[in-house]
Amino acid sequence: MVSYRTPLSRARGLGSAKHGVGHWISERVSSVALIPLTLWAVFGVLRLAAGDYDFAVAWISEPLNAVLVVLTLGISFWHMHSGFRVIIEDYIHITLNKSALLLINLFVCVLAGALAIFSILKVALGGA
Amino acid sequence: MVEFALPKNSRVTRGRHYPAVEGATRTKTFKVYRYDPEGTENPRWDTYEVDLDKCGPMVLDVLFYIKNNMDPSLAFRRSCREGVCGSCAMNIGGRNTLACTHGWEEVPGKDVQISPLPHMPVVKDLVPDMTLFYAQYASIEPWLHTETPEPQKEWVQSPEDREKLDGLYECILCACCSTSCPSYWWNQEKYLGPAALLHAYRWLVDSRDEATGDRLDYLEDPFKLYRCHTIMNCAQVCPKGLNPAKAIQEVKKMLVDRVV
Repeated sequence: MVSYRTPLSRARGLGSAKHGVGHWISERVSSVALIPLTLWAVFGVLRLAAGDYDFAVAWISEPLNAVLVVLTLGISFWHMHSGFRVIIEDYIHITLNKSALLLINLFVCVLAGALAIFSILKVALGGA
Repeated sequence: MVEFALPKNSRVTRGRHYPAVEGATRTKTFKVYRYDPEGTENPRWDTYEVDLDKCGPMVLDVLFYIKNNMDPSLAFRRSCREGVCGSCAMNIGGRNTLACTHGWEEVPGKDVQISPLPHMPVVKDLVPDMTLFYAQYASIEPWLHTETPEPQKEWVQSPEDREKLDGLYECILCACCSTSCPSYWWNQEKYLGPAALLHAYRWLVDSRDEATGDRLDYLEDPFKLYRCHTIMNCAQVCPKGLNPAKAIQEVKKMLVDRVV
């Protein structure tokens, strides 16, 4: 099919979405937050590996540890969602496939994040 | 889905071989992409054994030698032959650059492979279709926007403010940067590409321009601007030594300044 759209009309496309800076900032902020959180998490996992089950439950029940684990996991899944979203937008161009993958990405990240956070809270609050 | 392999009718086949003229002692083989979209044949690699003693030092000299002495059907763009016009941008030895300022001795490896700028529609052989690229440049409105009544003489600018345009105004729109950018390959219709964005910044940073906000509004878009993932191919290949990636980063910083 021959298109008679002018090149300028093609270049302008649907115009500007007038958003994007929020997503860009959130990617950077979550990356920065994850640097200390991940270092702390590595330290935490090493400590847990050295102890037994009761020690692990007691460790997670401490308010600071529980909150930091929740933040580490929550921000990780949020960051993962942002990253995958960009990858899908980069490479998938068929609208239906793109929409489906964006939904799957959102649902999987939220579900995994919610499960992780709930599990931590259950141990922290209930002393499983 | 992004296509990582070429469609069947675009696969490049082996083409013709043009041996060196008799009596040539020092030769080098140049593998050149040949394609005519109006024909029915697939693109092909033609190989030319060029007599180096009869030919100048630049890749453009080689193309002229081939066209004048071996195969007049070869098509390529050129004009100034000194890196000012940007017409002869092409992919040489796997790297986008200008044929006129790139010596064939600089290309690593035994043979030199020459193809058109990557991921652009081909008009013929080494001539790409630049229509969308130029339209993207036009879409950022590369001229001074003002509402203040025109001054009697010129719009004045301090030497310090003028210096901010250095490293930007030198761009010759050869498209080496944009066509080396994977983001531009995958989303050419929606992402403006490094060249247009460098020019967008050139007007954003111009102290005389009064439409900074409108310009930023146009750029703030997940695709037009934010497909740049700082891959930096643009800065690597720019034959004028400019840094489009840095200009794009400055645009992103301006957008953050607006909200923080």
